[in-house]
Amino acid sequence: MIGQFDFTSVVEFFPQLFTGLYYTLLISVVGLIIGFVLGAIFGLGRISRVKITQYLSIFYIEIIRGTPVLVQAIWIYFALPLIIQFEIESIVAGIIVIALNSGAYIAEIVRGAVQSIDKGQMEAGRSLGLNHRQTMRHIVWPQAFKRMIPPLGNQFIISIKDTSLLSVILVPELIFQGRLIAANHFNAVEIYTTVAVFYLAITLTLSLVLQRLERRLDI
Amino acid sequence: MIEVKDLHKSFGDTEVLKGIDCIIEPSEVVCVIGPSGSGKSTFLRCLNMLEPITGGEVIVDGYNLSDPKTDINMVRTEVGMVFQQFNLFPHKKVIENLMLAPQKVRKLSAEEARDRCMKLLEKVGMAEKADQYPQQLSGGQQQRVAIARALAMEPKMMLFDEPTSALDPELVGEVLEVMKQLANEGMTMFVVTHEMGFAREVGDRVLFMDDGVIVEENKPEELFSNPQSERTQEFLNKIL
Repeated sequence: MIGQFDFTSVVEFFPQLFTGLYYTLLISVVGLIIGFVLGAIFGLGRISRVKITQYLSIFYIEIIRGTPVLVQAIWIYFALPLIIQFEIESIVAGIIVIALNSGAYIAEIVRGAVQSIDKGQMEAGRSLGLNHRQTMRHIVWPQAFKRMIPPLGNQFIISIKDTSLLSVILVPELIFQGRLIAANHFNAVEIYTTVAVFYLAITLTLSLVLQRLERRLDI
Repeated sequence: MIEVKDLHKSFGDTEVLKGIDCIIEPSEVVCVIGPSGSGKSTFLRCLNMLEPITGGEVIVDGYNLSDPKTDINMVRTEVGMVFQQFNLFPHKKVIENLMLAPQKVRKLSAEEARDRCMKLLEKVGMAEKADQYPQQLSGGQQQRVAIARALAMEPKMMLFDEPTSALDPELVGEVLEVMKQLANEGMTMFVVTHEMGFAREVGDRVLFMDDGVIVEENKPEELFSNPQSERTQEFLNKIL
């Protein structure tokens, strides 16, 4: 069967696929960095003693987690510009979508990790005269961060693959490029398989980096 | 040093402390004994506001803890605490466990803090473990480090919440030894304990608590050899 497919000819589309790879990486990296910041803020907000902060965080997390990424992308690219009367470039919209989406999941990861740290750690810090913030920063957070790494890796991989949905808002990422090529050259299987290998290359590299990081933080 | 007036503490509908009055003088070593669930640990935790109090007054070193204007972090720097479960910071080396608060709260430089903390580690016999991580130490060693960590803030008094209860029997002695040394140096100490030997030998005064109140208090030899209340007698019979 494989004989019917012509994988050698995909090489000629590599320049175009690399452009797609570039945008996939750009949106993933920038989106996830912002997503992590959002996740930290809303994750801590979720367990804040201030009720308003708590409710705001829950609202954000539930809205984002409860709706499809595809719909979020369409809202942000098509609906939001109409509301704010300001055109958003598709790549920027893509970054916003990934940031907002991953942020909600990361918030829950952050919350879980922070809450998993033994209460005695906070008490020990406070009993020494450190204030709540100092104890969070120097004692709870570093320990929680270590526990976040495995679920964060998971979320990063999911978000990287979610960028493929951004082709619907015309972000020129991997899937978008693949679809263009396949439509013109009738080689969908070859191109999409190649695209999948590109995704694998990203996610495997990421897994490796996170494994290293985890081992380094493990004392 | 500490003055407690009609202290009440409830968790929801459950009243755990039902009116406690107590004065602890400077350099005094007060041991608290009593059955589990009697409120000993809660009482101790109220003394540095790890448990907010529900009623009454706790005055520590002139600071009224129930006054919302009192800077609770300030008070805590004067009151060291040692936990049953040690609660060392597992991501920090032994020496870093000690240095953190002096640097962040007392604003000592790294060298000043290191100097002070190394001396304390020597004092508790843990100097050669300074660069190890807590989980590499035995329970007794961890608890000695925890005592040194509390001392690094140079507190005016120390609270011990069942400091030897989580230890293997053969490791209890080394911790009590450090505490004895501390008492001999004149540290004000408030110790919730099941170590009657320690209470008898080191304590200036022993409180017997049951059901949220101080049932009886006396000099150790008096309380142990001649308990006045029936509940104290019952308790002592069970454990001695």
